[in-house]
Parts: sequence; structure tokens; C-alpha cells
Amino acid sequence: MKKLVMIGNGMAGIRTIEEILKLAPEQFKITIFGKEPYPNYNRIKLSNILQGDTSFEEIIMNPLDWYQENHIQLYTGEAVTTIDVEAKHVISDQGRVVEFDELIIATGSKSFILPIPGADKHGVTGFRDIQDCEMMIKSSENDKKAVVIGGGLLGLEAARGLLNLGMQVDVVHLMPDLMERQLDSIASSMLKAELESQGMNFLMEKETVEILGDERVTGLRFKDGSEIEAGLVVMAIGIKSNVKIAKNSGIYVNRGIVVNDFMETSIPHIYAVGECAEHREIVYGLVAPLYEQGKVLAHKICGLPVDPYKGSVTGTQLKVAGIDLYSAGEIVEDSSTKAIKVQNEFDGVYKKILIRDQNIVGVVLYGDTKDSTKLFRMLTKKEDVSGMTSVSLLQSETGEGGSGDVASMPNDELVCGCNGVTKGEIVEAIHKQGLTTLDQVSHCTNAGRSCGRCKPLVSQILAHTLGDQFDAAAAAKTSICGCTTLSREEVVAEIKAKSLTTVKEVMNVLGWNNEEGCTKCRPAINYYLGMIYKDEYKDDRDSRLVNEKIHANIQKDGTYSVVPRMYGGVTTAADLKKIAEVADKYDVPLVKLTGGQRIALFGVKKEDLPNVWADLDMPSGYAYGKTLRTVKTCVGAQFCRYGTQDSMALGIALEKKFERLDTPHKVKMGVSACPRNCSEAGIKDIGFVGIDGGWEIYVGGNGGVDLRPADLLYTVKTEEEVMEITGAYLQYYRETANYLERTSKWLERKGLDHVKEVLANAETRKALNERMDETLKKYNDPWTEAIQNEEIKDQYYAKHTIKVGE
Amino acid sequence: MLQTITRIPVAHYSNLKQRTGYSIKIADKEIALFKVTNGSVYALENHSPHPKGGVLSEGLVSGDYVYCPVYDWKISLIDGLVQAPDKGKVQTYIVEVEDDIIFIKI
Ligand SMILES: Cc1cc2nc3c(=O)[nH]c(=O)nc-3n(C[C@H](O)[C@H](O)[C@H](O)COP(=O)(O)OP(=O)(O)OC[C@H]3O[C@@H](n4cnc5c(N)ncnc54)[C@H](O)[C@@H]3O)c2cc1C
Ligand code: SF4
Ligand code: FES
Repeated sequence: MKKLVMIGNGMAGIRTIEEILKLAPEQFKITIFGKEPYPNYNRIKLSNILQGDTSFEEIIMNPLDWYQENHIQLYTGEAVTTIDVEAKHVISDQGRVVEFDELIIATGSKSFILPIPGADKHGVTGFRDIQDCEMMIKSSENDKKAVVIGGGLLGLEAARGLLNLGMQVDVVHLMPDLMERQLDSIASSMLKAELESQGMNFLMEKETVEILGDERVTGLRFKDGSEIEAGLVVMAIGIKSNVKIAKNSGIYVNRGIVVNDFMETSIPHIYAVGECAEHREIVYGLVAPLYEQGKVLAHKICGLPVDPYKGSVTGTQLKVAGIDLYSAGEIVEDSSTKAIKVQNEFDGVYKKILIRDQNIVGVVLYGDTKDSTKLFRMLTKKEDVSGMTSVSLLQSETGEGGSGDVASMPNDELVCGCNGVTKGEIVEAIHKQGLTTLDQVSHCTNAGRSCGRCKPLVSQILAHTLGDQFDAAAAAKTSICGCTTLSREEVVAEIKAKSLTTVKEVMNVLGWNNEEGCTKCRPAINYYLGMIYKDEYKDDRDSRLVNEKIHANIQKDGTYSVVPRMYGGVTTAADLKKIAEVADKYDVPLVKLTGGQRIALFGVKKEDLPNVWADLDMPSGYAYGKTLRTVKTCVGAQFCRYGTQDSMALGIALEKKFERLDTPHKVKMGVSACPRNCSEAGIKDIGFVGIDGGWEIYVGGNGGVDLRPADLLYTVKTEEEVMEITGAYLQYYRETANYLERTSKWLERKGLDHVKEVLANAETRKALNERMDETLKKYNDPWTEAIQNEEIKDQYYAKHTIKVGE
Repeated sequence: MLQTITRIPVAHYSNLKQRTGYSIKIADKEIALFKVTNGSVYALENHSPHPKGGVLSEGLVSGDYVYCPVYDWKISLIDGLVQAPDKGKVQTYIVEVEDDIIFIKI
């Protein structure tokens, strides 16, 4: 596999990777370096965070799971410092060296900080990343007086945020008009009046020459000698591409890293994309063009044909509540343009369209931006407008708004500017894939995944396309999968209320739009039914995915692995002999110790499975299941000089009691006999640590994708108490977690205190344990079952070979 | 190139369970046979077009689709087409049922 390295873990870069994964999922071994300590997040939404509309968690676009699922090696909080173009490797600030066949530079940009005395004082910041945001939020707790330098998009969004944080805000601007690069003076003055009424104070045509204060900022001095006070200064005067590493390695750099129409830099196999790249002398600062670049680059890197990137026209919007403005293309009239203008001072509406040679070349809308998508389409498509009247250009065709607009919207009209998604693409996805929620549409088409301003329109299209089937409340929530609009809670409630007893019945009665479900809902429903009806429910084997259906782990070549139980990681000479003989007899290609203290046989053919199991004559280790996997134990008091408890005995007892139990996701346990914790119980779903005179019970640990240390739940004295608490805890998890939610995530969602509170009640604990015990009654060893049952053998394990000619 | 089409009996219709895949080897070809809820029988090459491959016969069957067990691609049993957002096509074979015997044309 070729090695692809990317420097920068931001919006443009990750979109490029997403495109590459779509085109050629297995072509590259991908490594990404990100200087910030987070996975890719939606930088655009920092404005919304500051304005208090959303939280940091909600703006993560690609959670760590995503990187893991796509086998991407991600190093966060680690910056690349050197690109060695000869040796074809990069070196990070941690000294890590990673080789590449192809390299993408996607380092974005940083806030431009005025080179004036005092700019390095505490309390002066740019507005670029989560850290800047956190700093501003923190400042607002102590200081009440903020100054924003720069009256452009970013500056105004920052200023609005600081107002919301309860600060007094002065906006300092060098020019006579706000947002002069996007608005003409009429629109600009309307904007200024509106923002003033929201409480912003403007100091126009002021040039800052010095930042005052000792260590911390106390104020600003302007060129005209005047001064103002400030406890926080936000510089939002522009951005500067991050080009240093490229420049130092000999890559040609101008304002940005110079690229051609295929995003190639001056050095072969090295590409640049995003705000760090300069294409045809333009460095873009909005995501829409960057995503276009990403698409072209992805094709190029995968060796697929693609049209060259020829540059983009961009449209701008301001994300401040109560303000509706839009601009695209040229702003100011010249001798070759003709303008159509509408100004309605009473309603606060202003519209201007610039036309050159029958084509729209510029749009400025203030107060009413309903026509923005239509006009932007005409602008980018260079539609001939000579036959249209100014009224038809400037009036939405169906006055009243609502879905009428959506109905008359042509299919090629852009709905999501950020991601370049048209109405036609959305409608097609809805029809073809049976989508019913906004979430699903965003997921399938990318529409709405950036600034989010198109979401209302996407919703309208969804409503219009689905007609009567549209259910507004349902469309906004997260359903268990695309086959239904019901959430997990609703499905469980309906199963109970309507006494639904089979997977098929659930899908039927609850009106699944995909009659026989999918790989997401069927295993989930099967689990919920088993959880609700305990030992009365007959498992629906065909609603399980391959591993749980076959009771072995499928490998990528279609063979399986077999892992027999070894309670507490303790085995015997006799068992080891059996395993060795089986490995010999069936030519098992790989025999390996697993992380859970047992032995795995890899590469067993499906048709051999029943015989392998029969020869082993050991119970299934369920290494493939959403169930209790292993209980890892240390050797403990029986042999270890530090041991205070019998960890092996407790481990074996736990494993014997809870083996085979269906759980929402896999569950691992560990038992150590002293705090040295040789069984790593601190990163298990449930971990037990022996102390003098008792056991500590830890929960919510995870050693996998979401590394998480466990929290102490209880300290108990006896093994009986251990069993009682464990049973109640596990059952509470079984009853309240979403299918495929690990205990670590579940515990964070529910809160440790909440769980403690539930388990504190002896009655509740007793009831939970009773339901657990009833459930545990139903399980039999699946391997023995398969060996003894001809029907199962034939249906799931037989291989039918037919010779031609017989 | 000259192609010969052979009609090969592969199974008894009544022996097949609905919504279950069977893997059948005919000469050197591995074929996945599916009987779906409405009783129709389909035959496809038992190999996912995903670059990493994988068998289809173990996949979960829903309506006229099978989900590839390893990478969860959704594949139409009727024409072998991989459903969006993924792309690709699996070879399909003509199936005929006569008196409880299923024939595949190869
Ligand atoms: C507050 C705010 C509001 C915005 N609003 C909008 C909007 O409404 N609409 C719109 O279209 N756009 C908006 N933008 C712009 C948009 O966010 C950017 O255009 C986009 O994020 C650029 O993507 P990128 O990948 O080029 O850079 P980034 O997203 O900045 O990603 C680059 C990443 O590379 C990392 N990096 C840099 N150097 C190194 C190194 N040497 N090693 C490792 N990592 C490195 C950086 O830390 C950063 O995380 C806004 C931006 C901000 C800050
Ligand atoms: S955890 Fe303690 S008792 Fe167990 S093996 Fe390690 S040192 Fe010994
Ligand atoms: S327009 Fe920004 S996300 Fe759709």
C-alpha cells in the first residue's frame, strides 16, 4: 500500500481524505498530523460557540472512531516541523519520522496579528481555534471591556459573541465601511445601524499603533493619539497562510503554497489544499472553494481522471442572529456594469445586482436573502438574463415562501454552498436511499455539514419530497437507522406497550420503511427483545451479523478464528494438548495468544468449524460477540507475594456466571489482587482490585478506541457483594444503553453519580439481579449446539460442492 | 470468444431457508445462493466487489438485498449492483426452478 501523509488535521484536509476514502478505500496507508489536540472539528462553528448556541462536543465533525474505522493513524497535538523532500519523510516536533509516497500539506492559516508594540501581551488573541475561543470565554469572566480590531466577517462574529458573553464591545475598523470587501456602502451602513442597535460600538477609520499595559493589556492607542481601555483585544484583521514548513523545504511559496489546477506544488508528489494553498494567485478563506479543491486533489492522488480546478466564485453570509445578508462576486459598479437596485428603507431591505453583458456578476442582498441561491446559480452558471425583468430577478417567484419556493426550485440549484450540493442531489438521495431525517440527508450528501445555514432549506426539501410521509419532529431526531424514524427509547417503549415479540413483528407494526430492516436495526431489535423478554425470547439468529451468527470471527479471506474459553486465563496441560492437536490436524495457519489471556486459532475453514469444536470439546470463548469476552486475572494471592486476594478464583467465578450474556456491546473484565494491577483492571468495562479486607470495583474503563481510565464505583468487603454489585450494574447497562454503546460511553452519558444513586437502593439492586438471573437461564453453549444439531450444521456450516457434468 | 452456457442443478428448492445464503462451489466458481422472503431465488458470485473482498453468503438478507458481512456494503440480489454511497457490481447468474430443483445457468 502506498503511504499517504497529511500535515494538518483541519476542514479542507479531512474533506480531501473523505473523498479519497470514497474513491479508493484501500489504496493508501494514511497518517495525519494535527497541531491541535482534537480530531477534525467545524471551525466555522466557533462563532456559534462564542455566541453560546452550541458546545465544543457538538462541533466535532470526525470523532476519533472515524479515524480508527478508516485505519488512519492520527497524531494530535503534534506538529510537523520538517519536510525532507529528498528522503520523502516528515519529522514532527516529537521527533517522529514518517515516510511518504504522497504528501498533502493542509496546514490552513493563522490569525494575522498586527506587528505593533504590545501585541504579545496577555489578553491579546486572534480568532482561529478552540483555544482562542476558550481564552475569550475565560476573559469574559473577569474583564468587562473588549475591543475587536477588524470590522470584517470574523471581527463582527467575534464581537457579537463577546456581547453575548456579557462584555462591552468596541469594534475598531481602519476603513470607513464595515465588511467593505463584501458590501457596498449602502448595505454596510444598514449593517452598522443594526449592529449598533444590538449594542456594538464602532470606532471607524482608526489605525491601532500600540497595545498598552504591563504584562496584561489595558488599552489601545491609535495613530491620532487617542486611547481606549480594553481588558481583552481580539485581532480579526485577516489570515496568514501557514507556509513556513513548506518554504523551508524548498517548495515554492508566494502568499500561500503555490499550486497548479491539480493542487500540485512545485515538488512532485507534494500537494497543498485549503487556506494554505494559493491557486491562480488567490488564497481562499471559505470552505466551499476548499472542498472543491479537495475533490480535485482526491481524484488526482488516486490517479483518476478529473477536470482541473479553475478557481471559485464565493458567496458570503454573516452568522449573526437578526442579520440577513449575502454577497457574492463583484461589489462595486464600474463603467462596464449595470446595476438593478431595490431599496426599501421601511422594511430594512436592500438588494443590488450587477450585470455585465447579460450576465450577473455581483449580488449584494441585505434584509432579505431568500433569492440568494437562485441569484448565485445564475451568477456561477453565467445564465443569460437579458430576457428577464428586474422584478422577476428580484422577487421570489411564489411570494409566500415555505415549500412553494422549494417546489419551483430548479434541480441544479445549489442548496448547500459550503459543500456544493444541489437540490437534485438531495432529492435523489432521499428517494433512492429512503431517507427521512435531516441527519441522514447530511450524512449521505454532506449538505449541512459545515456552516449549517442551509439546514432549514434542506429540511424544506425533505418535507416537500416526502409529502405526507414527512414528520417534522421525527426528522429532527436521531433514529436507530435509516429504516425508521423511531429512536432507541421509542422502539423499546413500543415493544413493551404493544407486546411485540419478534424482529419481524417490530419492523412490521412500527412501520419500517425497509420491510426487512438493515444491518443496523435488526441486530439492535434482536438485542432489545432479548433484553426485555429475558429467557422467554427465542433469539433470531438470522438477525445477527456474521460473527455472532456463525459463532466465530470472520477474517478478511473468509476463514474464521476459533477461541475457546479459558476461564480467568487459567488452563491445563490437557486443554493445551487438545488445542495443539487440533491445530495440527486442521492445518491451522496461525496459533496466537490473545490480549484476553487465551489462545486463538486463526484461519479455520467454515465447514471445519463444527469438527474443530467437537475435537476441542471446550466451550466457546465468545471472542466474536457482544457479550462478556474475557475476565483477565493476575496470579494473585495464591502465588504472588503482593497478593491480598484470590484474583483467579474471583475471575473464574465472574466468567462462569456471566458468560454468554447478551450485552449492548462487548464487555471485558479484569481482576487484580493488589493495586499493582497486573491485569490492567483500570481499563476494563468492570475491573476489580483486591485490597486488604475487600475489593474495589472500577467501572467504565476502556483500553480501545476511546481510551478511558475506569472510575471507582464501590469498595466492598466480600465476594458476594462483588457479585451482587456486578450483576446489578451490568443489568442496568443492559437495560439502558443503546445497542453498540460501550460501557465507557454509556457511563459518561448517564453520569457516574446517577448510576451510583440507582445502585444505592437495595430494592433496585435486588430487582436488577433477579432480571439478570432470569436472563442467564436461557443460554447454552453454541458450539455444542451446532455439533449436535444437523439442521444448524446444514444451514450455517455446510459447503455444497457440485462438479459440472454430474 | 465462444461461450457455452450450462444449466446446472444445484439444490432442492424446499430445502432452502428464506433469508439465508448458501455457498456453492461449481467447478472452480464459488456461488452464493439466496432464497428471499417472497420465495425468489438468486445466485451471485460469492465475492464482494469491495477492494478487500469477502464472501456474500454469510451476509444479512433484507428484501432483495444482501449486506456484505465484512464491510457492510449493500448489494442488490437482482442485478448485483452495489448501493450508494458505495459503488461496484457483483456477477449474477440466471436461476431457474423446475419441480423443486434449482438450476443455475453458467
Ligand atoms: C471563527 C471562524 C468562522 C468562520 N466562518 C466561516 C463561514 O461562515 N463560512 C466559511 O465558508 N468559512 C468560515 N470560516 C473559514 C473556515 O473555517 C476555513 O476556511 C477552513 O477551516 C479552512 O480549512 P483548512 O483545512 O485549510 O485549515 P484549518 O481548518 O485551519 O486546518 C489546518 C490545521 O492544520 C494544523 N496545522 C498547521 N500547521 C501544522 C503543522 N506544521 N503540523 C501539524 N498540523 C498543523 C492547524 O493547527 C489546523 O488545525 C471561518 C473561520 C473561523 C476561524
Ligand atoms: S496485581 Fe498485585 S497480586 Fe496481582 S500479580 Fe500483580 S503484584 Fe501480584
Ligand atoms: S451552506 Fe454551509 S453547510 Fe450547507
